[in-house]
Amino acid sequence: MSTTMNTVGRPTAPAQTNDFVHPTLTGARGLLQDEALIFELGGWDKTGVDLPSADRPADDLDGLLRTDPIGLPGLSEPEAVRHYVRLSQKNHAIDLALYPLGSCTMKHNPRLNEKMARLPGFSDIHPLQPVSTVQGALELMDRLAHWLKTLTGMPAVAMTPKAGAHGELCGLLAIKAAHEANGQGHRKTVLCPTSAHGTNPATAAFVGYSVVEIAQTEDGRVDLADLASKLGPDVAAIMVTNPNTCGLFERDIVEIARLTHAAGAYFYCDGANFNAIVGRVRPGDLGVDAMHINLHKTFSTPHGGGGPGAGPVVLSEALAAFAPAPWVVSHGDGFALVEEQVGEAAAAFGRMSAFHGQMGMFVRAYAYMRSHGADGLRQVAEDAVLNANYIKASLGDLMSPAFPDGPCMHEALFDDAWLEGTGVTTLDFAKAMIDEGFHPMTMYFPLVVHGAMLIEPTETESKQELDRFVHALRLLAQAAKAGEVDRFKGAPFHAPLRRLDETLAARKPKLRWRAE
Amino acid sequence: MRFTKDHEWVELDGDVATVGITAYAAEQLGDVVFVEVPDIGKTVSQGDGLAVVESVKAASDVYAPVSGEVVEANGDLGDAPETVNAAPEAGGWFAKIKVSDPSQVEALMDRAAYEAYLGAL
Repeated sequence: MSTTMNTVGRPTAPAQTNDFVHPTLTGARGLLQDEALIFELGGWDKTGVDLPSADRPADDLDGLLRTDPIGLPGLSEPEAVRHYVRLSQKNHAIDLALYPLGSCTMKHNPRLNEKMARLPGFSDIHPLQPVSTVQGALELMDRLAHWLKTLTGMPAVAMTPKAGAHGELCGLLAIKAAHEANGQGHRKTVLCPTSAHGTNPATAAFVGYSVVEIAQTEDGRVDLADLASKLGPDVAAIMVTNPNTCGLFERDIVEIARLTHAAGAYFYCDGANFNAIVGRVRPGDLGVDAMHINLHKTFSTPHGGGGPGAGPVVLSEALAAFAPAPWVVSHGDGFALVEEQVGEAAAAFGRMSAFHGQMGMFVRAYAYMRSHGADGLRQVAEDAVLNANYIKASLGDLMSPAFPDGPCMHEALFDDAWLEGTGVTTLDFAKAMIDEGFHPMTMYFPLVVHGAMLIEPTETESKQELDRFVHALRLLAQAAKAGEVDRFKGAPFHAPLRRLDETLAARKPKLRWRAE
Repeated sequence: MRFTKDHEWVELDGDVATVGITAYAAEQLGDVVFVEVPDIGKTVSQGDGLAVVESVKAASDVYAPVSGEVVEANGDLGDAPETVNAAPEAGGWFAKIKVSDPSQVEALMDRAAYEAYLGAL
């Protein structure tokens, strides 16, 4: 191997990955290329483009002209393209296989969405061009807002938040603004269940609230008595996910909302798990005051590296006046943007973003809604729940469901009780899944379940693919119980870099590359 | 040594209590990668957040098992958080608190009671 791989951090010696296959002369592994860091590839004195010498005075900067290298690697276009394509080959994606990451709703991204998003009227526009020239884009935003309000039963929606946690921030800022407007600005506490997404308490703390945990019942739901005892004149809001992170429907949700409102607090619902109930349940009917909707989950826009997120926030009547600008309004003869905090937007708490939101994601989400229709969206929720219960039922005899009684919603949660005495941990099991060709499930979350394994198949997997997944997990579970510890402790064997030392990476992170 | 239900331990020497997390807690957390200890002079009430401990699995608050004033913090944990795993009930201590009410320590579980409590988890 001629290139020295990443000399400053990861244990990446090729020998580690080559000891179980036929060794090659160069250390390469067929057409799957190893790849160095871009800094190690690029020459400092190289450039990918030829530019004519600039016709300017030798030095018009009074001696400030930089003469030493700027420290960026130079690559030609083919070198740059190959670098990123090689990296992408090491990546896992929903376009390659099932991606059962619980709480993330990794569903297929329909190609129709992509086609629509590339229409020039949506893709080749600028947020500062005259609104008379972007009427189609504004109409789409208005229609998407209408669908989001209709699906949630809420009167208002803030479209600009860029992701789930950004949406949480938007919701809590609206709640804070409402309390301040109502002379309740002294409320300083936000209640979150112990099973909450980590972003919930983090958002509350970011806004300046102190967080108090709500206990959980034996069957994985909010403990109503504990909630009631903690609600009081100091509580600004509760933040609850429904279905919750254990994949269970909060059956007391209406009572939770009633108690919350009786105490003068608002009900923030984390909408990350909306996929389980879309088209079936309207959060507004449950008493929710604010909820973000991850377009990159429920409405099939790409996740993570595939594209930016989008987290519009629906708001109840009590919070609607505080919604952040801008938003789209329709006149008889077209659409306009409310940008200034005057008139109907006088109470807006501010802005969440410089411009109008993730236009490309709006188009994809709207294309998804229109191609599914109301009946199709209802079936999304039904099939998502059905698929998760199929997983739970198919693995329940070998692995231990954390909440065996009754059905789950859109994700199946197992604990590690079934691994006790095998010497295999949840982490080992997840790593061995990589060898079998599947992305691991969410591990060690929710924190309330020991050694948690949270599997969310989503509705876009066929029975055939679910069966393939179940078959692999059953073989692995049987291997763990049969004492094949080495299969797990060394896993993944079939991965470019084997198992990374997460502890070392966290304790002694190498955050910067330096030339030797 | 006395113990809380949240898996902190306390050892009282005169009116100064040394506080850490139990071996059980350290084992449950897995490899500890970051510890945030309190500032000296901070006043805490029993049950207040005292420190933060992060492992590869989770981030957790460490609660003050007794009320009082922080008089010493284990700054070594900043560079060597692994001490919490290696010696949770000795070198991996988090802070020393000058206790305002020593009877709070007496009211906590002794080792036998804590072990019985763990057995029931």
